[in-house]
Amino acid sequence: MEEKQRVNINVNGGEYSVEAGQNVLEACRGIGVEIPYFCYHPSLKVAGSCRMCLVSIGMPARDRATGALLKNEDGTAQIAWAPKLSIACGTKVAEGMHIVTDSDAVKSCRQSVLEFLLLNHPLDCPICDKAGECKLQEYTHAYGRENSRYVERKNVKPKHVDVMGKIMLDSERCIECSRCIRFCEEFIGRSIFGFVKRGSRTEIAVYPGGDNDSNYLLNVVDGCPVGALTEKAFRFKMRPWFLKVTDGICAESSAGVNTRVWSRNGEIYRVTPRRNDEVNGMFMSDSGRYVHLRFNDANRLRQPRIDSTSCDLGYAVSRCMEILKLGKVAIVANGWQTLEEMFVLGELSKACGAEVYMVSHLGEDDGKLVSADRTPNMRGAFVTGLLKDYPPADLSLLAQKIDSGEIATVLCLRENLMGLGLTPGHFKAAHIIYCGSLENPTSASAKICIPLRSEFEKEGMWINRQWRVQKFSKAVDAPDGIADDSRFLLSLLGEYTSSSWSDTSVRSIREAMVSRITMLSGCADVGPNGVLIDSSSFAGIEFPEGKAYHFKGQE
Amino acid sequence: MEAVSTAAIEGSAGAGAFLDALLAVLFSLLAVVVVMTFAGLSVVAERKVCAFIQGRYGPNRTAIPVVAAIPFFGNFLKKNGLMQLVADGLKFLLKEDPLPGHVNKFWYMVAPAMALSPVLIVACVIPFGVYWIDGQIYPMSVADIDISLLFALAVSALGVYGAIMAGWSSNSKFPYIGAMRASAEVISYEIAMALSVLPVVLWVGLSSQTPLSLFSIAQAQGNLWFCITQPVSALIFLVALFAETNRLPFDVAESETDLVSGYHTEYGSFKFGLFFVGEYGHIVVGSSLFITLFLGAWSPFPGLSWPESWGWISAVLSLLTFLLKIAAMLFFFIWVRWTLPRFRYDQVMSLGWKRLVPLALLNFAAYIIFMAI
Amino acid sequence: MAIVVERKRLSWLERTYLPQIVSGLYITLKNFFKPKVTLEYPDQYTSLPAGYRGAPTLVKDSQGREKCVSCQLCEFVCPSKAIKVVPGEISADSEYAYIEKAPSSFTIDMARCIFCGMCEEACPERAIVLQTEFSLNGLSRSELLRDKRSLYAAGGILPDKIMKWKKVKDNSELEGSH
Repeated sequence: MEEKQRVNINVNGGEYSVEAGQNVLEACRGIGVEIPYFCYHPSLKVAGSCRMCLVSIGMPARDRATGALLKNEDGTAQIAWAPKLSIACGTKVAEGMHIVTDSDAVKSCRQSVLEFLLLNHPLDCPICDKAGECKLQEYTHAYGRENSRYVERKNVKPKHVDVMGKIMLDSERCIECSRCIRFCEEFIGRSIFGFVKRGSRTEIAVYPGGDNDSNYLLNVVDGCPVGALTEKAFRFKMRPWFLKVTDGICAESSAGVNTRVWSRNGEIYRVTPRRNDEVNGMFMSDSGRYVHLRFNDANRLRQPRIDSTSCDLGYAVSRCMEILKLGKVAIVANGWQTLEEMFVLGELSKACGAEVYMVSHLGEDDGKLVSADRTPNMRGAFVTGLLKDYPPADLSLLAQKIDSGEIATVLCLRENLMGLGLTPGHFKAAHIIYCGSLENPTSASAKICIPLRSEFEKEGMWINRQWRVQKFSKAVDAPDGIADDSRFLLSLLGEYTSSSWSDTSVRSIREAMVSRITMLSGCADVGPNGVLIDSSSFAGIEFPEGKAYHFKGQE
Repeated sequence: MEAVSTAAIEGSAGAGAFLDALLAVLFSLLAVVVVMTFAGLSVVAERKVCAFIQGRYGPNRTAIPVVAAIPFFGNFLKKNGLMQLVADGLKFLLKEDPLPGHVNKFWYMVAPAMALSPVLIVACVIPFGVYWIDGQIYPMSVADIDISLLFALAVSALGVYGAIMAGWSSNSKFPYIGAMRASAEVISYEIAMALSVLPVVLWVGLSSQTPLSLFSIAQAQGNLWFCITQPVSALIFLVALFAETNRLPFDVAESETDLVSGYHTEYGSFKFGLFFVGEYGHIVVGSSLFITLFLGAWSPFPGLSWPESWGWISAVLSLLTFLLKIAAMLFFFIWVRWTLPRFRYDQVMSLGWKRLVPLALLNFAAYIIFMAI
Repeated sequence: MAIVVERKRLSWLERTYLPQIVSGLYITLKNFFKPKVTLEYPDQYTSLPAGYRGAPTLVKDSQGREKCVSCQLCEFVCPSKAIKVVPGEISADSEYAYIEKAPSSFTIDMARCIFCGMCEEACPERAIVLQTEFSLNGLSRSELLRDKRSLYAAGGILPDKIMKWKKVKDNSELEGSH
């Protein structure tokens, strides 16, 4: 990788060397000097409309005639300060630039900007869903006046405006930063929001008519620095300061969008994107935000069952082991399993000589953050050796083998066999063990049902379409009576091999996996950005994902 | 009392024996009833007096349903906390009686009885009053023995065995320290107490054949109470009495601040109740001794005594006088308790050995010289 | 460094303690006959001082509207986790629709409440007020669980001038008011 060019700047009297080409705001953030901002967004174009990031900037003075640098009497460089403050987001760093972010002028300027922004702000923080994560609130606290001098009545603007059934727009709270406008234009690719009226009456409005919906519309809610745009599904549900944030990976598709899962007392309230400039930037799809609703209470598999009768988990597992020894076993794996579970499953299939089947789940590739492969970890199956070729969309091969009597037992993980080519006749011909989180036709007629955790209730790693290994952590606890996936698989494995796993934690499985699969040797401790692995050995395989955001497609 | 005396006049020898037996039973009952009633009442009095001194009302809520409904009387019992006494007693009787696992069970069980029984035994020799048969004067006591003073001092000191047994058998540090302190205190103050009584005995010995009999001592105060003629002896005896009965300011044996509850820390329920009653019984008996020795026993005022000519009325009055004096002494005990702070253990010891014993010796010597002259 | 306090040298009489004991006994005896200061509580009530922190209650404004907007700051600040608020939305056809938000359920567990008044302090709407009720009792824990209705019943009306829901609907109304 080529060495980026660097420039020397002076911030508040300290000398720093920073990467050239970035703006003053990012450069200062890089060296730990915070400059407040509203309208600037790292992934969007600079608008410079909020004026919150004003700082004093000066360049070394030069002699007009000769162009030589001027010196002070004591030999230091003479600085020509700009007569007025400049916006840090719209100014690129340059060699010798001097920046002051803590002078009285800057402070009073910030205070005045905030005072103007608050003139017509309704200050209904107790009602506003943004309170607690609101930039205006935070900056007012840090930089604002402690009282208001405004005695006139505040402007009245449209409140309670429903945007495409997803968003609630409250124009009174808007500070006209135009982030939503820019996001729609730049990321979605068409104009959805716009300013109407002028001056202090300016308000955000949705273009009338036309196609204003998009699967990425909710990103404007994350981007909105105030509570003008709030998510309807999260409206008045919970204050953000109660929510526990865990790092997750979106299970919607193989894009591997980094997410934050916000939960309280075992309930997931919302999922928002987590910044990863290599994968998803700061965005995610709307549909991905609601993946957790798959595991809502109604259709959750909660109790182990044998022949449709509820039973104890330990008994169900011991019956599983007996049934698995009745004859040749087929394992149906899935692309939602973590890398660690796939590794244990691979060991299990080797130990009991089982064939492994998988099914592809394809959908439309939107070229952004929802890829064609709707499983988050299909590549993990290749890495752990479960798969050699990209799997077909159904299990007709397995159905044939059951018909021919070759397969006696099927250990099915999550996949709904009934919809994938197996008929009720196959359920009678072979012993079907269904392990999954949800009730479906397969669970209804399987011989044994073992309830497993959802991807929000366990930790592990997935490999996304870029062959990037990414880690996610457990957001909520599983309901009572639900088996720990990896522990369940390890107990099955323990029946066939002498190797004892005294430590059944995901961490210990990961250590074993990393030591045995050379391709994953760098993945023992994956950081927040994930680790790209060498995929050259799978070059021949045809993957369905197309070119997309931060993804060049298959080369 | 009249029935008794007329029966004695008419009675034959057999009837005389029967009468003696009847009197013995009567006086035994008297001793037990006086001691136990006063012990019980002093529990209530303790709470009431303490409350009054502290500007409170004290127990005035507890009510036994039917009794409390009686006009005036029910309310009187309720307001004066007398029903509280019943409630406390019932509680002690009915609550679970715990037996800690780490104690020496036999001595642990014996200790409370050991704390209470000396009190009742000493009560036998105390003359609560007088009565006359055929012009002959008799004390109202179960046993009128010649050396009743020695008997009383000796047996009442045995009460400390209860504390020592309890402290040792509890097998825990605070009770043990409490027991050690109690025994040390008794040893120290018993000497001063005995020495303070000697001048009294000497004085009585001038006129009586049985100077060690409490009855003789009481009779000897017909003209002047010994607290007037022998104030120093009275003071030493009183201070030693406070120490002997483990009352504040000398209750180092069960001082809550440093020993949780002293020797009865491990006790609860009825066994604790026995200690409790034993302690107050000890005060009653101790007061009786003090009254007999120094406060003129049943004589209402110094120089006055109930005349023989009134017959049984005088007998009853003498008993009432004595009981009134016990009540006054109990009040004094309680009054002192809620006035003075507790002494430190070393202060208690130094007061006993360095002040009271020399003072008692000096006092004794002074009276020997005085009486020799 | 410890400060050594010079002790007064006691006279001989003082060292016998007797005068002090007698004067002490005199003082306690005087107190014995002084009037009692006890308040016989269930029969007599005292007047509570201003600012007394009794049971927390929810109050309504002078129009009878619930002031609470379920911001959950009280729930957050409550040190004993006695408060539980479930926020809800005011329906659009309500007279108070402008407020948008009201609690759909509001529970205070009086068995947990420690009457610290932090909720009252945190409340931006002055909707939760610690009032004078101090004798809270019940035969079960659930009886001490106060729901929204009983909290409002205990709270009553706070007659302040804030009419949050009365709001100009359009800028044209503003124009006239200047």
